[in-house]
Amino acid sequence: MLRKRLMSEGAQGMVLISPTLVFTLLMLAVPLIMVLALSFWTQNYLTLDRSFSLTNYKTAWTEPMYQYLMARSLKISIFVTALTVVLAYPVAYFISFHVTPKRKAMWIFLITIPFWTSYLMRIFLWKVILGYNGVVNGSLMGLGLIEQPLSFILYNQNAVVLTLAHSWVPFAILPIFVALERVDRSLIEAAEDLGDNRLRRFFRVTLPLSMPGVIAATIIVFIPTIGDYVTPRLVGGPNGLMISNMIELQFKKANNAPLGAALAISAMAIVTCVTLVFVWMNRKFMRGPK
Amino acid sequence: MRGKGYFFKWYIALFLVFLYAPAILLPVFAFNDSSIVSFPLKGFTTKWFEMLQSTEALHVAVRNSLMIAVTTAIFSTLFAVLAARASTRFAFPARRSIMGFIMLPMVLPEIIIGVSLLVVIVQMGFELSLFTIILGHILICTPFCIAILSSAFMNLDQSLEEASIDLGQTRWNTFRLVIFPLVMPGIVASLLIAFTISLDEFIIAFFLAGTEPTLPVYIWGQLRFPQKLPSLMALGTLLLLLSIGLLVLADFVRRRGLKKTGIESSGGFL
Repeated sequence: MLRKRLMSEGAQGMVLISPTLVFTLLMLAVPLIMVLALSFWTQNYLTLDRSFSLTNYKTAWTEPMYQYLMARSLKISIFVTALTVVLAYPVAYFISFHVTPKRKAMWIFLITIPFWTSYLMRIFLWKVILGYNGVVNGSLMGLGLIEQPLSFILYNQNAVVLTLAHSWVPFAILPIFVALERVDRSLIEAAEDLGDNRLRRFFRVTLPLSMPGVIAATIIVFIPTIGDYVTPRLVGGPNGLMISNMIELQFKKANNAPLGAALAISAMAIVTCVTLVFVWMNRKFMRGPK
Repeated sequence: MRGKGYFFKWYIALFLVFLYAPAILLPVFAFNDSSIVSFPLKGFTTKWFEMLQSTEALHVAVRNSLMIAVTTAIFSTLFAVLAARASTRFAFPARRSIMGFIMLPMVLPEIIIGVSLLVVIVQMGFELSLFTIILGHILICTPFCIAILSSAFMNLDQSLEEASIDLGQTRWNTFRLVIFPLVMPGIVASLLIAFTISLDEFIIAFFLAGTEPTLPVYIWGQLRFPQKLPSLMALGTLLLLLSIGLLVLADFVRRRGLKKTGIESSGGFL
């Protein structure tokens, strides 16, 4: 055989993958290791002290300001994730169960279009929608439902949660949709034949079988939202800022990159732990009733 | 049965309004004849679009962004072709972990990528420039390109390739004459997606931009000035049209490619 004279399958694969792998190692792994190293150094005004120290982590984990920001970021991320999954599930269910197969691709396309439109403008427009003279207040006042513009809808954490949910909802719909598509329809029919009503059928068959999609959606939304920078800056107001705004501040204006690195590493560690706990709990829960 | 259907229709209608609200308002304010971006609307004008034509700083930012986006699209597609081909055709050691690692930038918060690249560049003593932004963009676009190209490569019938080799073609010729034409639509879709992502990417460019801004970095700077907002709405409208145009094109090409290999399309890009 010709192929045997050339290279083994494994070697060919390694040769093909190596440029991409080397690039990712150089641009992702090496930088991440350097951030880790930096987080153990200390900044003395203009010079960098390269001796090992835990000072930055001590600051990041004990100073109330950082504790508070971290807790708030985590809280906002959890709310966003919950809201996004709850908003996304019925849409994914609708596309999977109520849309004719030929139209499904079009619907998925329809759902993903807003995601691809200018990120900054999209977030900025939520400021216009939720603002004091904004679309929501304008129409509510026009309808005579309220007399004074509502002030609790912009420049706070609610606005951040809503805007982030809007940004991430397509990412939640897709995995749930894929999982729902894989649900064997005959199982649902079987449940129907055995006398389960719609609701019971959904909770006993469809929902458990689509859980992998829900978990994927949760992870896809939860991990990146904790690091969002633009949304808190634009619609969050002073009380809606998140940890990434602080990380940016430390790297740029505050000129304390090591502390910024420690904050970034801490945030990543927390996100990873929460994700792992969530996945582990879900495995246990999924195995339980069966 | 009927009640359930109604619930869904209402829910989906409201959801689409929520989803599309910003995209619909953008052109509304772009043509609104008022320097304040709010309701009630004051009348129709195209002056905000005319204003864009005479803003020199914007043109510089657009040129920078286009250069970055084109370069990013080419290189990330190149890296993705290699990775997608390797992972779909060959079994090599630790394939799953290697692929998982390469796909990691898709879920990693962008600020982490931006910060870590900034650290490396500063520590190594390099200058921040458009080139450093390109490196960052290639890193985040490659996973998206791999996702698109993997499905293109997976749909390939391996027997075509074997037939070509049995008929005496070299490996390179087989790739050029048999595989490449079949995955071409995937490659075009991948180029377009990478271009679109790079053109719109803000965080990494924000961290790595030296003195030369990209388009999103320019927009970010202008968002602070209320008098600039209407013309930004006009700019946003143009960007919206451009992205939708590119996406429709990418999806069209991708679907035609699927038809060529004889597979029904289901689902979007991701």
